[in-house]
Formats: sequence, structure tokens, C-alpha cells
Amino acid sequence: MIHLTLNGEPQALALDPATPLLWVLRDHFGLTGTKYGCGEGACGACVVWLDGEPVKSCSTPLSAVEGRSVQTIEGLSPDGRHPLQLAWVLEEVPQCGYCQSGQIMTAAALLARHPRPSDEQIDAAMSEVLCRCGSYGRIRRAIHRAATPEVQGG
Amino acid sequence: MADSGSMKGLTRRDLLKIVTLSGGGLALGWVWPARAETNEPAAPRSPDPFEPNAWINIHADGRIQVRLARAEMGQGVMTSLAMLLAEELEVGLDQLQIEPAPVAPAYVNYLLGEQATGGGTSTRDAWNTLREAGALARTLMIAAAAQTWGVPESECRARRAQVHHADGTRRLTYGELAATATRLPAPSSVELKAKPDWTLIGTSPRRLDTPLKVRGAAHFGLDVRLPGMLYATIARCPVIGAQISGWNGQAAHAVPGVIDVFAVRYGIAVVAETSWAALTGHARLEVECRPRVNTAVTTERLHSRLRIGLNGRAPVALKEGDVSRALARAALEIESVYEVPFQAHACMEPMNCTADVRPDGCDIHVPTQSPAATRETARHLTGLSAERIRVHTTFLGGGHGRRREQDFVQDAVELSQRLGRPVQVIWTRADDLQHDYYRPMTLHRLRGGLDAAGEPVAWFHRVVGPSVLARRDPGRLRDGIDSLMTDGAVSLPYRLPHRRLEYRRADTPVPIGLWRGDGHSHNAFATECFLDELARAGGRDPLELRRQLLAESPAHLALLDRLAEYWAAPVPEGQGRGLALVEAMGSRLALLAEVSVEDGKIRARRFVAVLDGGQVVNPDAVRAQIESGIVFGLTATLKGAITFSDGQVEQADFGDYPLLRFDEMPEVESILIDSDAPPGGVSSIATPAVAPAVANALLALLGRPFRTLPIRL
Repeated sequence: MIHLTLNGEPQALALDPATPLLWVLRDHFGLTGTKYGCGEGACGACVVWLDGEPVKSCSTPLSAVEGRSVQTIEGLSPDGRHPLQLAWVLEEVPQCGYCQSGQIMTAAALLARHPRPSDEQIDAAMSEVLCRCGSYGRIRRAIHRAATPEVQGG
Repeated sequence: MADSGSMKGLTRRDLLKIVTLSGGGLALGWVWPARAETNEPAAPRSPDPFEPNAWINIHADGRIQVRLARAEMGQGVMTSLAMLLAEELEVGLDQLQIEPAPVAPAYVNYLLGEQATGGGTSTRDAWNTLREAGALARTLMIAAAAQTWGVPESECRARRAQVHHADGTRRLTYGELAATATRLPAPSSVELKAKPDWTLIGTSPRRLDTPLKVRGAAHFGLDVRLPGMLYATIARCPVIGAQISGWNGQAAHAVPGVIDVFAVRYGIAVVAETSWAALTGHARLEVECRPRVNTAVTTERLHSRLRIGLNGRAPVALKEGDVSRALARAALEIESVYEVPFQAHACMEPMNCTADVRPDGCDIHVPTQSPAATRETARHLTGLSAERIRVHTTFLGGGHGRRREQDFVQDAVELSQRLGRPVQVIWTRADDLQHDYYRPMTLHRLRGGLDAAGEPVAWFHRVVGPSVLARRDPGRLRDGIDSLMTDGAVSLPYRLPHRRLEYRRADTPVPIGLWRGDGHSHNAFATECFLDELARAGGRDPLELRRQLLAESPAHLALLDRLAEYWAAPVPEGQGRGLALVEAMGSRLALLAEVSVEDGKIRARRFVAVLDGGQVVNPDAVRAQIESGIVFGLTATLKGAITFSDGQVEQADFGDYPLLRFDEMPEVESILIDSDAPPGGVSSIATPAVAPAVANALLALLGRPFRTLPIRL
């Protein structure tokens, strides 16, 4: 039995500990906001937080999650009004939207560490997540905007 | 107010239908007759044969349902098409319930000849249809209110789904008016709003899909969950066109959660209770592929095959003047060969489909650009009649032409039929990259002649490559010419008195298909690079030479004029600046690229795009499409390609087939030209311009041409 906290709720699972967290989330908990893009940690569409750190859930076995806290896009904010989500709406970031959960979870972890990140810090963090639609320029603007009072106030 | 808008006689008036919904609501739409040339069946016979054809349902309780008949794959059609309808209907976007349309004749995209999304056609096709539909419904609501109140229609105004009387006190909601409206005669013409009265078209309202997408709540194909659903993967023979000869499924079968392993038409299926079990079983399958075909296919051999086509005779796609004579008389002749490789689509959402085939019917949940073809595929495989097959289009995690194909639909329908349960077929990233319908490899031979003043007088272009239409739509091949392969090379906007275009078909075993920009994506590279080579040979400035060749084309000149100040600004040290012009899908775009070479690596630093896309419906969505097209094009310009050895695709993941990353994103500035012309397509216009603009910038920076994609220093 593996125990974890998922979006604030304690959970226990009897599953093969080698099962990647991605599929535990999608198949067992029905949390489909976290996406499968490559299954080998190369695209970042599956990024979630593990104890507040961004990890690629497709390459994180369930065994690595024992006793730890997992947060997904569904748990980022109760009402979809995390400053980044508001900034994402204001900048109209998503196009097809498939990678956006991974983008937002990666950016939210960056902001938690650096409330006003530099462009270099944004480059370093966000280059882990691929977007085929080319929303990168808008992501950068949205991250900067999320640090402004306009968005911080909700 | 006849002077404020345009009265439109309804071109499709005979097909207009207005019917009463249960509960007293109104449904409005068109009913199309069967069309032999598209094999569209007649409207299905059901208790309410009209309703599935409706664009708008106005319910008595006030709900306004709108059907979205095009795939939302990032280009913003959910918002832009709703805007067209809402503008004329006089409702707010927040008052609409938008639902994916089923397959029905009313939803045919007339520019594609089927109910499908692609090629920058959605807004162009909907521009009149949806505005007329909205205007008709609004006209009916006003007529119903006028009749109810016993006042002239001229005293009634529609606003936010209500009709208001000029007295300022009386008003009725559309829901309250719907029952009356259904009893009125259908108008024979409608008055479309005049441009100054628009409140939505030309603005950038919040996209309707964004709130879902920032919460992880938008449902893509892989997010479909049906009761009792199984998950499946399919291992295909890695050699193109070959069949699996033997397999051992023991290890796959032993994976907990795997239910069965068996051969299907296109490979070996692993069926499981979870996605992960299906993927693990897929990885543990031992598959033998002893192909009798294509084992010797390599990129070099394919290249050689195309190379043969550079010489000898070939069908002529266009002939103006006498190129041979003009070349013979030219003061200077130059010749160049350009090479464009196979490219994958690499949609972020791997191919997938969920089918539920039952004895009495079938539901298909799928991220598809071609729902009508999906239904046809299912009809063929199941033998069910068309009206028993329902296609539910989900959000698409990218399309780029890949999702016009039906291979993933075949997988899911075949498996669900066999298992008698709903099945979701998941392609791995490797499946997706190795079993694509690729953008074709092409070679281009260009010859140009300059007169003594350095002005181009003769232009010869031969396109060599496989035919996309030969598989997709062979009836559209004309005298050996595949228009999808010559698009962009035929209609050059430049004044060139002697011009000849040839297409030499050179088929290969590699599956090929539609890809963002299609023929433009390879032809623009050849033509716009060659123009810069001619400019250089004649000692001319690339922008000035284009201006001169476009002297009789004010619309193109306007694009270049807007770029002139950027072009004239000093080029920063260590950078090169290049230009390309593309005309496609009723739009034209001039693109300026600024590039540098840092540590032996090409870096695209900035693009400035000037777009004349006709009337802009949603400026922010258009800008997003320019940004998107540039990133898509830049990946194909600077990153990898699909290559072959031993008959197999050599790329299997994002390590082999890299995409442009965040820290490589150039600055993009978009300038939209104001226009009253009908909207053009914009989704794929920027992509073709990127490779030539970058190559031309490198030519300026390094003094040598780059004629092969992807560009290597």
C-alpha cells in the first residue's frame, strides 16, 4: 500500500510501485488534466508538483511518491484563479492547450521560488516543457504579468 | 436602415429550415441535398430529421445552443466562429452554449468539399453562412416581437438576446419569442450589419476555450472515459508498408492488467484495463517483421530517386512567354537546386481514438479534423448505416493536417467491434513519429535569367516529389499535376514575363499527407530563396527587387512598405536580415527574419510579420496564429527531419526529432493590415515564409546560400 497526499487529500493505493505517477493520476484518480505527450520525460506535458517541486510524472514511479504530497493542475487553485491562471487568461496563452497544464505547473513552481523571475530564470525553468503551437512568447509575458498586483489580487 | 447594412438575398434560401423544438423553442439551419461528388449521404431519417442540421437552437427557457462544426485545434475557431454568429444574432458570447456538431450535411465545409477542418478554410467558409444564420434568427426574433406588440419592426431593436421596443419599457427575451418566431414565414433576405455597427468582429474577446485549458478541464481525445472502457496499443511493423510476420505476446500478456494480445489488421494489439498496462505490454511485445518490401529504403536512395526527376521531361503546370528563349538571351543565367525533407506533424497529443461499437450503433470520440470521413470509416468497418454512427469531436491536441487521416479511427473501431466494449487506442510517441503521413520530400530546380540591368526576365521552376493527391484525392490530379505539390509555385505574385513551372511526380513508399501550409511549405522555400539569389547575382537589394517585380500589385507593395523601415534600420553587428513573401488561402504575408550565429548555432532572434488577411475577425487569434506558424516553421527550418534507413524511420522520440524550445523562441512582431475584403486563411500562412526568410538572412550574413532544409551551417 502506497500513501500519498493528492491535492490536499490523503490517499492510499495498492498498485505496482513501478507505475508512473502520470498513469496513476489519469487512470486511477481520473485526473486527466495532466497529459501524456511522450512518456519519457522529454516534453513536460505531464509536470506535476511533488512536495512543491516540479517533476515529470511520466518518469516518476509511484514508489517515489510514498508519504509525499502531489499537486496537479486540478489542485493548483480551488477556483481556477491562481495568479498564473489569471495571467494565462489575460495573455491568451493557450492554443491547442495540450501542453498547458505542464507549462502552468512548471511556471507556478518557478514563481513559488522566485516571485519576480528574471528572463534567464524563466528560460531555465520553461525550456523543460515543449509547445508545438508556439505559445512560448505569451508564456513569458504571462509569467511576468502574474507577478504584478493586478493579477496577484485575484 | 437600408444604408447601414447590406441586404443579402440568401443564396441557400431554398435550403433554409426553421422548426419548432420540443418545449416551444426554435431551431434554425440549412438542409443540404445529397451531393454525389462528396458522397455525402442525404439527411438522416429520424423522428426529427431536421434538428441535427441546426446551427442555432433557441430554447424557450432562454438557452441558446450553437453547433461548432469545425475542430478546435488551437487556431481559435471555437471563439472566432461563435463571434460571426453572435455578431448578427445580437447575443453576447457569454450567452452561447457551444457544442461540437455531429456529422450532418449542413456542416459541410464548402472549401474542402466535406465536413472537415484544415487548410485555413474555417473562417472563410463560415464568413457568410454563420453571419446569415445569425441575422436570420435575429430578423425572426424582431418580427416575432413586433407581431406580439402590434408595432412596426422598425421600432424594435435586438440586443443581448432580447428585443427591446423603442418605448424603452417593453422587452422580450429570445426564449420568450421563439415559439412565435417559428410560426412566421422565413425571410427571403436578411440585412447583415454594416462594419461600423460591429461590436464583436474585429475585436479580441476572451477565447472561450482558455478558462478550460488553464484548469486542465478541456477534454482531449485521450481524456475520454466511457463506462467499461478498455485501453489498447498497437505494435506496427517498423518497416514502411510491410507486415508483421511473427510475434510473441507472452511477456506482454503477463503484464498485470493486460487482458489480451492478438493480431489486428495493422499490427499486434495489446488490450488492457489501464493505459499503463497497454503501454507496458506494447513495450514487451516481441514482434518479427520479415518484410519483402522496402527494406532497402534509405533517405539517400529516396533522394537519388527524386534527383533523377530533376532532368528529362515533365508535365507543365504553368507556361507564360518563352522561358528557353528568354534564358538564352539573358545577360546572366543562374541555376539552383533546393532540397526539402520529409517532416512529421508531432502533434503534442499523440494519435488516439475511442470507439464504442455495439450491434445497434457506434459512438466514436476522437480528436479529428475530419468527422465525416471518420463516420465513413466506421460505416465501412462495421456495416452499420451512417445514421447509427455518431462522431463526437473532442478538443484536438494539435492537428496540422495529421488529424485528417483515419488510421487511428480504424484501430479503435476494429478493436471495439471485436471486443464488444468501448476501446481507447493510444499511440505512443514513437508510433506517432514513425507511422505518420509525412510532409513529402521534394527537390526543386530553379533557373533564372537576368537582363543587363540585373532584372529577372526568365523563371523556370521544376518541383520533383511524390504526389499527395494520388492517395488522398486522385480525382483532383490534372494532366499529371498535383496541385497540392505546386501550390505556391503557380501563383507567384511577381511580374516575370517568361515563366515555366513543371511538376515531375516521383512517388516513394513513404506515406505522405497534408502538413501545415502543404505545397506552400516547400515551394516558398525554393522560390523566395531563389529570388534572393537572383537579387544577389544582379547586385540588387532583395526588398527593392521585390518592390519592382510587384510594381503593378498595390496589395503586395503595401506589405513591403510596412516592412520598409525595419528593412532600412541598421542591421545589428553579427546578425543577418532576410525577407520572404507568401500568398496563400486568400491571405498574403511578408516576413522579415533577423538571425545570428552563436557558438556555431543558428539563432532566430526576431521576426516581423505583415499580414493582409482580409477582414480580421479576431486580431489576437490571428496574431497567435502568426506566432504559431512561425514556431512550427522554425522547427522545420532549424531542427530535425524524418529520415530512413533499412526501410524504417530513424526518429522515435523528441531526442531524435527535436522541437523548438522555450529559450529558442524569437521575438515576434505582427502587423495586421486593415482590410474590408472577406477574411483569408491565416493558420498556415506564416509557416511557409519562415525557412526562406531565415535562409535569406543567413545568405546576407554569411554570403553563401542555404538550399537544404533543415539548415545546417
